[in-house]
Formats: sequence, structure tokens, C-alpha cells
Amino acid sequence: MQPGVGSLMGLVLARDLRLAFRHWDQVIQPLVFFVIVTTLFPLAISPSLDELRGIAPGIVWVAAMLASLLALESLFRPDVDDGTMEQWTLSGQPLSLMLLAKTLAHWLLAGLPLVIMAPLVGYALGMPESAWPVLVGSLALGTGCLSVLGGIGAALTVSVRRGSVLLALLVLPLEMPILIFGARAVDLAMHGESATGPLNLLAAMLLLFISLGPVAMAAAMRISVES
Amino acid sequence: MWLWFYQLASPPHAYRLLGLWRPWLLWPAIALMVIGVYGGLVMAPADYQQKDAFRIIYVHVPSASLSLMVYVMMAVAAAIGLIWRMKLAHAVAASCAPLGAWFTVLALVTGSIWGKPMWGTWWEWDPRLTSELILLFLYLGYMALRASFDDIQRADRASAILAIVGVVNVPIVKYSVEWWNSLHQGPSISVTSKSAIAGSMVWPLLVLLLAFVLYFGAILCNRVRGEILLRERNTAWLAESSLKS
Amino acid sequence: MNLSEFLHMGGYAPYVWSCYGLTAIVLVGMEWAGRRQLQLAQEKARRRAQMGAQMAVAENPS
Repeated sequence: MQPGVGSLMGLVLARDLRLAFRHWDQVIQPLVFFVIVTTLFPLAISPSLDELRGIAPGIVWVAAMLASLLALESLFRPDVDDGTMEQWTLSGQPLSLMLLAKTLAHWLLAGLPLVIMAPLVGYALGMPESAWPVLVGSLALGTGCLSVLGGIGAALTVSVRRGSVLLALLVLPLEMPILIFGARAVDLAMHGESATGPLNLLAAMLLLFISLGPVAMAAAMRISVES
Repeated sequence: MWLWFYQLASPPHAYRLLGLWRPWLLWPAIALMVIGVYGGLVMAPADYQQKDAFRIIYVHVPSASLSLMVYVMMAVAAAIGLIWRMKLAHAVAASCAPLGAWFTVLALVTGSIWGKPMWGTWWEWDPRLTSELILLFLYLGYMALRASFDDIQRADRASAILAIVGVVNVPIVKYSVEWWNSLHQGPSISVTSKSAIAGSMVWPLLVLLLAFVLYFGAILCNRVRGEILLRERNTAWLAESSLKS
Repeated sequence: MNLSEFLHMGGYAPYVWSCYGLTAIVLVGMEWAGRRQLQLAQEKARRRAQMGAQMAVAENPS
């Protein structure tokens, strides 16, 4: 019996979450990385909150980008290594939707914790409370974009040996507009201005990437898996 | 019409035709370059604001235009190669990447040399230069991905996907960088202000742009021929023609 | 307009001439690299074809 599209994605999502929770230590790694990177900046620049406040949006956003990149390495590799992915490509089910479900699972595990943690980190860097809603909103939309773009990169490089540096090289330039809109949105909110413009743009980009990204991911995965 | 198209797509024909076309691109390109450089350096009057420094525009703008045009061409060729499984299109895409990257480097270097007398610094986070820099990163990523596969067919198809994703992203990059820069009060002198450009200043620019396009075409012919040889190394036609020559 | 005035470029000589010089170097370099790549590929193809012909002769000496 063929499962419907919704239940197919649900199955993949549930499977990935279950697998991830068996390795708690790996789930929290991106989050710990995020916090450590944001700690580096006060140490490197100055403990003065007045100085840190000006660059706080940039710090949080760059750290989130790097953390999301770090987690991409394990997005597809285990499934490709143990042959699961090859069976998926042959299963006749829409591969793009299965990969989208996997990306969603990845975002829930590696993106959402950062979004929840961000106000705390922002507070430590002197960000006013009035900017928190925009910080959380921009990160929620932005990390979604990062996960989809990163997913395309991960699918392209999954068969390449030592692909992690290559992955960063491919994905970071593509992600630069997201960084611009995300960090500027927070910056505008901190100065009491309206940030709806960049937030709308981030939402539009998320929709664009979610609608086109899975097709590219599936095409890339088919190339990577065929031997 | 279709027969002609299929013949063009077949590697032996393409190999022969590209060799025939090349001189018709190369020599006009060189002639136009001489005319354009003469027009730009000698005949065009000095700009009233930037004096003779504005003459850098005649090498900067064609390089910058080519860097973007070549990326789009690469992505279109990659898409054709991916959809119709046409080897020739992949050969074109593979040949475009290093050339486009060099045009991007040229645009960056000439832009920053131009910036020194205008802004007083070699590097300013000007929106055009910043998006050129991101474009260079996109080219480098494409070439790195291509180089990381041993099998040429897989390299072709994987890098084709990256080129297509990249070309969707290029307008977003351009727009976001311009928006990002508009939030700051940038330096007041723009290296590409089109306000006070007279006709005698414009025509050398158009001539040089055409010259760059033709020159790129001529180099592309050679590179695509090389890529065809690489992809067809086990075929009979290649062995025959190689033994004859 | 005399030559030294032309070369002087109204005081911007280092900037203008370095831009044109670098552009010329890169353009010529691209052309040279393209030619070289094609030559190497042709040579390789020829050697491959000769090897193939020799092997065919070795297999059926008649």
C-alpha cells in the first residue's frame, strides 16, 4: 500500500527525530557551538556592553549561520553511508518530499534550539528586550532558509571525501543575502525602527526556497547516490 | 533547422565548427579592442569631475558585465545539459567558469584601483564591488565542486545544479547588497555615476563591451574544444581524426 | 596633445595604466591558457589513438 504524501513526510520526520534523540549529545552540539562562538566576541573585543550592543545582531547571526553549517555535515551522511538513501531513491516515492521532511527534522533539532536560545544570548550582548521579537522572528525564518540551502549543498557534497570545507565554500556565499536581511532586521528593531520590510523579504525567500529547494536537493541526491 | 541543431550538438561537428568560427571572433575582437582603447584613452574628453581617472571605466565596466553574463550563460548551459543530457552544453558550462572568474577578478581589481583616487582607499564596501566579490565566491565554489569529482559526468551534473541554484540567487544577492548599502550614507562619489557621460565617452565603452564579448567567445571556442576532447576520449571519431592529423 | 602629457593622464597615470596593463595581462593569459589546454588535449588524444592502433596491430599481426 502506498502511503499518502503527508503521512510519508510524517514517517520520515518521526524516524529522524527518534534516531536523533537516541544520541542526545549530538543533538545539543550545534547549540553549544552557537553559545561558545557568541562568547568569543566579548573576549576578543571588549567586555563593555555599550560596545557589544552595536555588533550584537551581527554576532548572533554569524554564530547561527556557522552553527547551522556545522550541523549540515550529519544531515544526509549517515543515511547515505548505510544505504538507506539508495533505497529511498529507488522506492518510487517522491524523493524531494522525503528530503524536505529530513530537512525539517534537521531544522527542528539544529535551528529551533538556536531560535529559542537567541534572546538569552542577545541579552548577554546588551540587546534591548524590545528587539527580542524581531530577533526570534528573523532567526526563525532565516534558519529555515539556511537549512534548505544547506540541504542542497549537503546533498551535492555527500559523496565527496572531506566534503565539509567544500560544503562551507558552496553554501556560505549563497547564504549571504539571508545574513544581510536577518542582521539588518534586528539592527533596525534595536534602533526602534520598523523591521517588517526585511522580515517580509526573509519570509518570501523561505517560501521560494521551500518550493524550489527540495527539487534541487532530490536531483543532487540522485547524482550523489548513483555509483 | 532541427537537423542543423542536432548536428551542432554532436561532438565531432561541434569540434570542427568551433575551430572554424574561432578566427571570425578573435580578429574582430582584437580590432575592436584597438579602436575602443584608442577612443577611450585618446578621443574621449576627460571627465569634469574625475578627470582622466574615469578612463578606467573602459576596462572596468566590460569586465564587470562579462562576469555576470558569463555566469548566466554558464547556468543556462548547465540547465540545458542537465535537462536534455547534452554533453556539449556541459562542456560549455565547464569552460565558462574559469573565464568568468577571471573577469570577476579583473572587475574587482580595476574597481579597487579606481577607488583609490576617488575614495582615498583601495577598498570601500561599495554595493557593486561587494556583489562582485560574492560572485567571485560563487565561481570559486562552482569550480571547487567540479574539481572534487573524479568522474566527469557526475562533476558535470552536480555542478550544473549548483550553477542553477546560484543563478536564482544572483538577483537576490544584488538586491540585498544594494539594500544593505542604502542603509548607510555611502561615499558621495560613485565610480559608476552615469550622470555626466557624453556621447564621445559612451561609444568606446560600447565598442569595448562588444570586443570583450567576442574575445570571450574566441577563448570559449578553444576551451570547449578541449573539453570535448576530454569527454570523447574513447570514441572512434576522435581516434580517426587524431591519427589523420 | 603631446606624448608625455598623454602618458601622464592628468596625474592619474599609475591608476589608469595599471588598470589597462592588468586587463591586458589577464586577457592575454586567458587566451594563452585556452590554447595550451587545447594543445595538451589534442596531444593526449593523438597518443591515445596511436596506442590504440598499435594494440590493434599487435592483436592481429596479419
